[in-house]
Amino acid sequence: MKFSRTFITTCIVIYVLFSCERTPLTNNMNYVALNPINADTSAGNWLPILLTNAGEIPMTSPISVNSPDYKLELLEIKSWQNNISSSEQATIDYWSVGVVLRWNEIMRELVAKYNLPPYQNPDGTYPIPNASNPLAYPFFPFANPPYAARAYAYLSTAQYDALVAAYHFKNIHKRPRPSSTDPTVKELIPVPKDYSYPSEEAVAAGASAAILTLMFPGEQEYIQQKLTECKNYRIMAGANTRSDVEAGANLGKSVAAKFINRARTDRAGKAVGTPTDWANFITNAQNKGEIPWISQESPKRPPMLPLFGKTMGFLIDTTEVINGRPSPPPSTSSDQFKKELEEVLYYSQNATRERIKIVHFWGDGAGTYTPPGHWNAIACRDFIELQMSEVRWARNLALLNMSLFDAAICCWDAKYHYFNPRPSQMDPNCKTLTGLPNFPAYTSGHSTFSGAAATILGHINAKRSVDYQNMANEASVSRLYGAIHYRSDIEVGMQMGKAIGKKAIMRAKTDGAE
Amino acid sequence: MKKIKFFVILACFSLTSLVQSQTDVDGIMMGQRNICGGLVYGYSAWNQYWEGQTLRTNENIGTVSSNSVWAMVNYGISDRLNIIAMVPYITNNASAGTLIGQSGLQDASLIVKWDCYGSKFKNVFYNFIALGGFSTPTTNYVADYLPLSIGLQSSNLMGKIMIDIQKDHWFATLSANATSRSNVTIDRDAYYTTEMIYSNIVQMPTVLGYNLRWGYRKDADLIVESVFDYMNTIGGYDIRKNDMPFLSNNMDICRIGVNLKLPIPLVNGLSFTANNMYTISGRNMGKATSFMAGILYQTEFTKRTK
Repeated sequence: MKFSRTFITTCIVIYVLFSCERTPLTNNMNYVALNPINADTSAGNWLPILLTNAGEIPMTSPISVNSPDYKLELLEIKSWQNNISSSEQATIDYWSVGVVLRWNEIMRELVAKYNLPPYQNPDGTYPIPNASNPLAYPFFPFANPPYAARAYAYLSTAQYDALVAAYHFKNIHKRPRPSSTDPTVKELIPVPKDYSYPSEEAVAAGASAAILTLMFPGEQEYIQQKLTECKNYRIMAGANTRSDVEAGANLGKSVAAKFINRARTDRAGKAVGTPTDWANFITNAQNKGEIPWISQESPKRPPMLPLFGKTMGFLIDTTEVINGRPSPPPSTSSDQFKKELEEVLYYSQNATRERIKIVHFWGDGAGTYTPPGHWNAIACRDFIELQMSEVRWARNLALLNMSLFDAAICCWDAKYHYFNPRPSQMDPNCKTLTGLPNFPAYTSGHSTFSGAAATILGHINAKRSVDYQNMANEASVSRLYGAIHYRSDIEVGMQMGKAIGKKAIMRAKTDGAE
Repeated sequence: MKKIKFFVILACFSLTSLVQSQTDVDGIMMGQRNICGGLVYGYSAWNQYWEGQTLRTNENIGTVSSNSVWAMVNYGISDRLNIIAMVPYITNNASAGTLIGQSGLQDASLIVKWDCYGSKFKNVFYNFIALGGFSTPTTNYVADYLPLSIGLQSSNLMGKIMIDIQKDHWFATLSANATSRSNVTIDRDAYYTTEMIYSNIVQMPTVLGYNLRWGYRKDADLIVESVFDYMNTIGGYDIRKNDMPFLSNNMDICRIGVNLKLPIPLVNGLSFTANNMYTISGRNMGKATSFMAGILYQTEFTKRTK
């Protein structure tokens, strides 16, 4: 029986080894609750982006804190607080880190979820996602980098304008916090000693949900669930009453409507272009004596959003985009081009583990939150430590995302103006270390995005400006290491990006927040 | 894209269908102080893979092929306790698209094989064998580059129980195994599975495996057998339509094949081994066909240090 005992013991050991509980790994759940160093109570005077003034969208006065209805609202808080479940506590812990941050994360998640190129039709053409039928394949949207840059920009700018309006009305209505009107209301999170109506968190949530619904129309149920959670969180935490929250969400939604109207007419909807447009790019390049870009996918996929360069940016208008267009890349027949192609081939054939790591860290390709999302993630990690008010969070992310959006526009304009081929097209030996993007090479999107992001972030968070520039340089050169871009693409892209970042700094210096 | 995974599985989980004799998949034990060394070449390729449970082709990778060379050694500590070690060198390539292939030394495995109980009943021999294994990457190869990465970078603990039945020269061996895999660190600091995960750590779901082989065997160096092999990942997620595969996908695969081992005349202890495996069903894996051929040499290890 010695055998059977040993055998059973072995089985038990194996079972224990294999049944170990595994904890979730995601590290965005361990942040501390937001407790702003500066409540920015005068943010109602900051310069809005689309609103003509902070009070443009009218807001009715709140009911009196002495009214019976208000007393009922206090009761709602207290009844919730009497019996907070663990899942409700988790909701409080999640949102208390910052509403602007969490909605930014939600958008990043949806971008990653929707960032998949459509599968081809049987005849070798590709279906185009349709916003009015988002749940049928191909799902709408294909959240590629330009789409994502635009989505992040509308989210952050709408949040910002909505929050400026919120602070404006907070100081007009001067409704005290629930804990001031009833000392038995507990504040379960840090609450600034300012006014309660409207809840700026609900304003941000209402604006965010509206923009997210525009950008990801197939996700309405999920977005509404998050909105409800976010509103309830303020009440459960004792920071706001029901009317603070509902009025706030409505204000946010109304502000967002202005941004949605802009988005519907910003020309991005036509960025896919037509087969005639696609053919013209080829003719234009050939007329200049250049070898035109050809899709390296099979079957050949039309280029990604070729008319995106005509989209209306926030910091730069279309004339400036054209006037600021970079000079041409080295001609495909020049010695300089040959030299640069050889350099790409070198990196293709001599990859080191360290370079592969850089390529993959900054890859941000299909199925990810894209390079703009990566810079949002970098910014948010740092902003958490800065302990800023919600409105300053939104303002800083708006500056970042306007830069990234305009970077996408300028970069896409250059890409399709020059229609420059990728290294793998010119030399099939240029095998790539990451997915080859399906659009022309010049200039590098990663470099343009990163130059813009590092420049504005360095202004916002000056003590990290050198780090941001180092990150941008690494993101940029990762595309050369990955054998998908020439040196000219990344260097000129970086310059373009920095110029856009400086535009954002000009705005930052005059928006009243500094 | 999954072809890689196929190999990974070979290497990390069950070593099934590799060196087929006196390894962790058969019911044969080596005698005390016997040592067996082998060098095996493997080729595997697929041009269809399961995206989730949908079989598809992908013109942007074409056919994914894997060439590998395996070094293995098996030593008999006693007649009932063997240890097996092996390591492969793997090269993976795609025939279409721009992605560059990968090659390198993959994971080293060490397996302890214990013949814990044997009996004979009416001329039928029964053997119960327990195995425990550990494998770990030998190099810092890139894992998050499926389907071309050469492995998954996890360190694995494998436990297996086996029953072997033989009457005259006819036999059947049935085994079941479980492999627990360590977390893997990737080069990215965020990734999407079915949700956004802000971490460079990937949790690897546990893998269960079942293997049935039956056929004719005479001594340890003449074997002709059929093989059925099933690997089932417990958990993990499906590749979405037109997405790339990922380390923590729910990878299942069911394969059938034949295996043989023949003595090479004139040289005592030298034998030839070969097998062919065919994939009949799968999930998030390549529909691979694989061939292996190798030479094994077994001798008594007499050198003693007194």
